[in-house]
Amino acid sequence: MSLHNLRLALPSFHWNLRQREEAAFYLCISPWIVGFILFYLGPIVASFYFSLTRWDLLTPPEFIGIDNYVRIFTRDPLFWKSLKITVLFTFSYVPLDLAIGLLVALLLNQKVRGVGIFRTVYYLPSVLSGVAYVVMWMWLLNPQAGLVNTLLSYVGIQGPRWLQSPDWALPSLVLMSLWGVGRSMVIYLAGLQDVPSEMYEAARIDGANSWNEFWKITLPMLTPSILFNLIFGIIMTFQSFTTAFVATNGGPLNSTLFYVLYLYRKAFEHLSMGYASALAWILFIIVLVCTLIIFRTSGRWVFYRGAEE
Amino acid sequence: MATLLPIRAARTRTAPTTRTPLRGRRFARRLIIYLLLVLGSAVFLLPLFWALSSSLKPDYQVLDFPPRWIPDPIRWQNYPEALTYVPFGRYALNTLTIAAGAIFGNLLSCTLVAYGFARLRARGKNVLFIIMLSTMMLVDPVRIIPMYLEFNALGWIDSFLPLIVPAFFGSPFYIFLLRQFFLNIPRELEDAARIDGASRLQILWQIILPISRPALAAVAIFNFQGVWNDFLPPLVFLQTQTNYTIALGLQFFRATYSIHWGYLMAASIVAMLPVIIVFFFAQKQFIEGISLSGIKG
Repeated sequence: MSLHNLRLALPSFHWNLRQREEAAFYLCISPWIVGFILFYLGPIVASFYFSLTRWDLLTPPEFIGIDNYVRIFTRDPLFWKSLKITVLFTFSYVPLDLAIGLLVALLLNQKVRGVGIFRTVYYLPSVLSGVAYVVMWMWLLNPQAGLVNTLLSYVGIQGPRWLQSPDWALPSLVLMSLWGVGRSMVIYLAGLQDVPSEMYEAARIDGANSWNEFWKITLPMLTPSILFNLIFGIIMTFQSFTTAFVATNGGPLNSTLFYVLYLYRKAFEHLSMGYASALAWILFIIVLVCTLIIFRTSGRWVFYRGAEE
Repeated sequence: MATLLPIRAARTRTAPTTRTPLRGRRFARRLIIYLLLVLGSAVFLLPLFWALSSSLKPDYQVLDFPPRWIPDPIRWQNYPEALTYVPFGRYALNTLTIAAGAIFGNLLSCTLVAYGFARLRARGKNVLFIIMLSTMMLVDPVRIIPMYLEFNALGWIDSFLPLIVPAFFGSPFYIFLLRQFFLNIPRELEDAARIDGASRLQILWQIILPISRPALAAVAIFNFQGVWNDFLPPLVFLQTQTNYTIALGLQFFRATYSIHWGYLMAASIVAMLPVIIVFFFAQKQFIEGISLSGIKG
C-alpha cells in the first residue's frame, strides 16, 4: 500500500527505462564513488592543504603558505639527495627490467616441450615481494658468506660489500628487484600470444631471418606491452619504500635514501606532517608529469593493431 | 591459393638436399634453448635453495666459507625456535584476519562496481571509468598522511579497520579485472533472464557470478598476496606488537636478531610459504589475471 501511495505522490518517479538503467548504474558504482571521495580525492585535496601548514599533530595546523615548498627547494639537501637517488634507481631498474623481461619472455615463448614448467619457475619470485623477499636478499648479498659473493669467488672475483658499501648499496637494490622480473615478463608473454602467426609466415616467405623478424614484427607488436611495463615500472619505482627501509634503512651514508623513505621519516618520525605533505605533493606532480609525457609521446612509438585495421 | 602453389612446389623440390643439415640446426637450436632455460631457472631458484639451506644450518656453520650447500647436520630446530622468538603464529593470524576481511570487502564491492561499468548504460560512465583507471596511477604515499589522520580521528589507528574497511569501497585494479571479464560474458544470457522478469541483482547473483568464478578467484588471490606482502600501510596504521602483520613481524624480528641468519632464513621461508603454495595451486589465475591487466580496456 505504501509503495502505491508513494508512486501517486511522486509522479516524477515514473522513470523510463533509460533513467532506471542510469539509476542502477550509479547505485552499482556508488561504493567506488564513496571510496573515491574518502580515500582518493579527499586525501589528495587535504594533503595539498596540509602542505601549506606547519603541523606536528600536537598543536593545530598553522597556515604558512608556500613556506614548506620554498624550504624544500632551497634549504633541504636531503630532498635533492633522495630525489636524485630515486631517479637514479628508476633510470637503472626500469630499463633493465624492460630489457631482461623481454629477453626472458622471448626465451619462454619458444615452442619446446616443458616450457610451461620454466614459465612457472621464472614467474615465482615476482609473487614474493615484501619483507621476506628483502630479508632473503640481504643474506644472499652478505659480503662474507652470501650466495652472490660465493658464486663470484668460484670464478675468482672478490665481490663487493654490496648493501654495506655506499657505492654498491643502490646497485644491490636494483639487483634484488630484478629477481622479480617475472612480472613484466608475463605481460610480454601475453603480448606475444597476440602476434598473429601469419605475420611470421608471410615474412618467412619474403625471406626474413629471425633477426629481421624480431625488429620488424615482434618488437613493434610488443610496443603496447612495453608502454604498460614502462608506466607501471616508473610509478612503482618512484614509490619504492620497503626494499630500502628493510635492507639498508637509507644507508650507508644515505646512499639509498629513497624519496618515500625520506617522506616517511619526516611524517612519522619527525611528525612534520605539513612538510611531509609538501614532499608527497611534489612526488605526486613528478610522477604525474612523467606519466603524461610518456603517454603523450607514446603515439610516436607505440603500435596499435586496432588503429591500422 | 594459386599463387602459393609454386612456392610450395619449390620448397618440396629443395627439401631432400637440405634435410640433414636443417635437422642438425634445429637440434642445436633446441639444445641452446634448453641450456638457456636451465641456466635461467638456476638464477630464479638458487636464491630460494640457498635460503632453505641456510635455514637448516646451526649458527656456527651459517657463515662458513666456502659454504656447505647441503647442511650437515640438518638443524630442524631453527624453525620452531625462530617462530617462537617472536609470536609468528599471532602475526599470521592477524594477517589472515585482515586478508579475509579485505577479500570479502573487495569481492562484494568490486563485483557490483565492475558490473555497473561493464553492463549498464549511463551518462558520464566513460569519464568515471577513466577517473577510476587513473587512480591506479596515483602515488600512494600522497594519500597515506591524510588517511592516517582520517583513521586517527575515527580512533581506528592500531586496529585492523584501516586495512580492511577501504576494501568495501572497491579497488580500481580488481574492478578493472572483473569488468574485463564481465564484458566477455554474452549478453544473451542476461537478456533471457530479464525477459523472465529477473531483477539486475538477481542476474548478477544467479547468472554473472557463477560464470565469473575464475575471475573472482583471481581477485581473491591477488588480494591475499597483496595483504600478505603489504608493508607501508600496516607500518603506519598498526602500533602494538601483538597487532603486527607477518611482514611487520618479520621486519621487527630482523631488526632485533640481525645476526642469526639461520633463524632469519627460517622465518623468511615460513613467511613466503603461503604465497608460494597459493601460487602453485592458482598459477593459472595469477598469470591470466596479470596478463589481463596488460590488455587495453
